[in-house]
Amino acid sequence: MSELSRFFWERRAEITALAGQHLALVLVSTLLALALGVPIGILLTRKPRLARPVLGVANVVQTIPSLALFGFLIPIPWFGGIGARTAIVALVLYSLLPILRNTHAGIVSVDPAIVEAATGLGMTPGERLRFVELPLAFPVVLAGIRIAVVVGIGLATIAAAVGAGGLGVLIYRGVATVDHRLILAGAVPAALLAIAFDLGLGAVEKRWGPRR
Amino acid sequence: MLPILEYRGVRKSFAGAPPVLDGFDLSVAPGETVALVGPSGSGKTTALKLANRLLEADAGEVRVFERPVEEQDPIALRRRIGFVIQEGGLLPHWTVRENVETVTLLLGWASDRRRARSEELLRMVGLPPEEFSSRRPRQLSGGQRQRVGVARALAADPPLVLMDEPFGSLDPIARKAAQNEFRSWKRRLTSAVLLVTHDLREAFALGDRIAVVHEGRIRQEGSREDLTMRPADDFVREFVSELAS
Repeated sequence: MSELSRFFWERRAEITALAGQHLALVLVSTLLALALGVPIGILLTRKPRLARPVLGVANVVQTIPSLALFGFLIPIPWFGGIGARTAIVALVLYSLLPILRNTHAGIVSVDPAIVEAATGLGMTPGERLRFVELPLAFPVVLAGIRIAVVVGIGLATIAAAVGAGGLGVLIYRGVATVDHRLILAGAVPAALLAIAFDLGLGAVEKRWGPRR
Repeated sequence: MLPILEYRGVRKSFAGAPPVLDGFDLSVAPGETVALVGPSGSGKTTALKLANRLLEADAGEVRVFERPVEEQDPIALRRRIGFVIQEGGLLPHWTVRENVETVTLLLGWASDRRRARSEELLRMVGLPPEEFSSRRPRQLSGGQRQRVGVARALAADPPLVLMDEPFGSLDPIARKAAQNEFRSWKRRLTSAVLLVTHDLREAFALGDRIAVVHEGRIRQEGSREDLTMRPADDFVREFVSELAS
């Protein structure tokens, strides 16, 4: 154990740098997934007929094995290639579903009596969204963000396969050289990051949950 | 005096089902309280929602403020009509004060004016603002929530208030208190009220005039005496007789 910790300590600069890259990948892709997923989720509540097909497609994307998705993306001109952009596109595709689904579910589950009261008082659809639907759906949306981030941290280790960096670099190098210490140097920080974000976002959720 | 709310030959049906309202006529004069009473499924809530355009009539005419509703912008129309529903329908994530200020906020009143008005109304419905302003709906009893709902409806001093089973979820004691309170604020304000209830006792207690609705039509309207002494048909006779038993 002490040998392993010394191994980690000697490589702390590289581990920290790769962890930084890793988080950057997850952060950027989660923000993009939010920017896409929340508006689309809202749109689906306004056009219920679109909800099933769109959520279905997002579900199918979720089932594509991640390594295969990276492989599919490489030859695609604008989105693909080698590097961070491909990794981010793939991570966005995976993060989109939980955010999209929870935004939709959160708004749809708002008590219809409250929505009708808000309408009856003279709120425009925009005011209703801003004052009623989004605030009440927020805990559910937040739960979706939490899932997206935790899953994203795990998936981002595969980003190294397309040359996007991150903690996966250590894992791949460890696998190639059959060095367990290197694999752990990538896997342990990635797992710790996932746990930390899960707990942190869970605490935020708890803080916001009881407001309903 | 011209009615503030008027239904003329209104028909309304929902997808495929027989009409909920058919040949529905009713009018409410300024300042008057009309209690619309009938069994569940008689169409009374549907009639109420036609007045603030939560629903649209298939045929006939609904006039509010002496103009057909379909000529009026629904948002502006709703902001001039108070709306009270069962349980209050309060926004659970807003405080009591924010709830009471909903319509005045939408109308763009300055915050000190909104605040003064909400405090005045909270006092009127017996919820001292010092104690209740910053509470949330879940920290209130059913009766208190209902009073906040009334204060919210009256905030912008609407000439017409629609109330849909406002006391329906209260226990008998809270209900009695709420009805007494209704009469007390009603005396102080000039708003006309259309009150929907399934409870004939409540209709008699609160309505200046009572309209009995059944199967989508008004069967009789008048005073308590008209209904009990001179029922217009068998349905009214039977409906009213339940009170005696």
